[in-house]
Amino acid sequence: MDIHDLIPLAEALIFAADGPIKAERMAEALDVPLADIREAIEALEVDYAERPRGFFLQDVAGGYQLRTRPEYADYLRKLGRSRPFRFSRPALESLAIIAYRQPVTRSEIEYLRGVDSGSVLKTLLEKRLVRILGKKDVPGKPMIYGTTREFLELFGLPDLSSLPTLSEFSELAPDTETEALMESLPLLVEGEENGRQETE
Amino acid sequence: MSGYDIHLENFEGPLDLLLHLIKKNEMDISDIPIAAITAQYLGILDAMKTLNLDIAGEFLLMAATLLHIKSKMLLPRSYEDEAEEEEEDPRAELVRRLLEYQKYKDVSETLEAGPMLGRDLFARAAPEPEVLEEAETGFVAVGLFDLLAALRDVLEEKPEELVHEVNLEQLSVTDRINAILTELQGKESVAFLDLFSDGIRRSEVIVTFLALLELVKMRMVRFMQNTHHGTIWLFPSVPIDETEELEVGEDSLGYT
Repeated sequence: MDIHDLIPLAEALIFAADGPIKAERMAEALDVPLADIREAIEALEVDYAERPRGFFLQDVAGGYQLRTRPEYADYLRKLGRSRPFRFSRPALESLAIIAYRQPVTRSEIEYLRGVDSGSVLKTLLEKRLVRILGKKDVPGKPMIYGTTREFLELFGLPDLSSLPTLSEFSELAPDTETEALMESLPLLVEGEENGRQETE
Repeated sequence: MSGYDIHLENFEGPLDLLLHLIKKNEMDISDIPIAAITAQYLGILDAMKTLNLDIAGEFLLMAATLLHIKSKMLLPRSYEDEAEEEEEDPRAELVRRLLEYQKYKDVSETLEAGPMLGRDLFARAAPEPEVLEEAETGFVAVGLFDLLAALRDVLEEKPEELVHEVNLEQLSVTDRINAILTELQGKESVAFLDLFSDGIRRSEVIVTFLALLELVKMRMVRFMQNTHHGTIWLFPSVPIDETEELEVGEDSLGYT
């Protein structure tokens, strides 16, 4: 099949798929060589990037998906399409630990965080961001956890190797976030902080 | 007092609190003044106590760890030990944990700041599950959570019975297993929900669910679904013989 016919066909498949669609699956459906599909996808990516479109083609969770451009997020949220996906800090921390350390047991997560992580883990399992990979072959046979395809989809990652690199520290960066948090909350000492907050 | 204006619940845990104290006091993490930090840490815990706040066990465990390290550092090093090998700094493990924790804390903030599907990026909504179910292919195995979610849905429809009579009715898992097998005879599949017909009682729901789990365990049936959250279907994994009565005793299953 000519590549110029293949581009719109590939586009149709990506549009109609109910999630990120793998290049292999597209090649199979269209009965064309995988290399041709990759070429068509590349052409689409360039096309979306160059033209003023509301969406772009994202390489995510091993497949391709059309997603709206992040700069339009505010407008799209007004449509009420968004389920408010608010992560608590414990959930996010645990998720990060699981993502980087998988396969990982609950006690390993708890050692790293220094706190009980049972309920957070349960929430992550329910949200399907984390799954049970199996049991570790050590006494007690603890469950081991890993992240899911949904996790990659949520953060727009092609695969686990594209997670941001962990930075190594020998010194600590200034704790701006916690400072800000502490200042914005009514602390044991009442007064100035509250006033400042109101004027902001 | 003003040094301890800290709400403990703002901290994820003792590691988070320690990191905060280290930064606030501009301490060198590779050479933490253990006496000073222990004093501050205990001061915060004391302040919490006077406010009658519950302190999570993890915070107390860390207090004990700090005191242990402090005591170890006060002990003079024995010359014999020194001759054999360089003794590890008692603070080393804590420092490792703090740095490790800081790494994941930072990266979790990076992840949170990045574009997230459903918050910053939007994809087209998936087609209605009904449309998908018509497709013959594309079944996926049902996971534990889907199965439990389905059970919860069924149970929610059956209110808990507020009866105080003692029912002597015998509910048998074996009977339910055979009933389900009869139901499956000559059929390709049965919907999970169809096994819980209207009017079925809560206790019967449980027995039916146990029977299903036993069948899966015996590899007599398989659960499949089209999509996550989709309808769960029960497939016989072996052709079911009409005359076959499953010979399982209630005892062998362990229900009494």
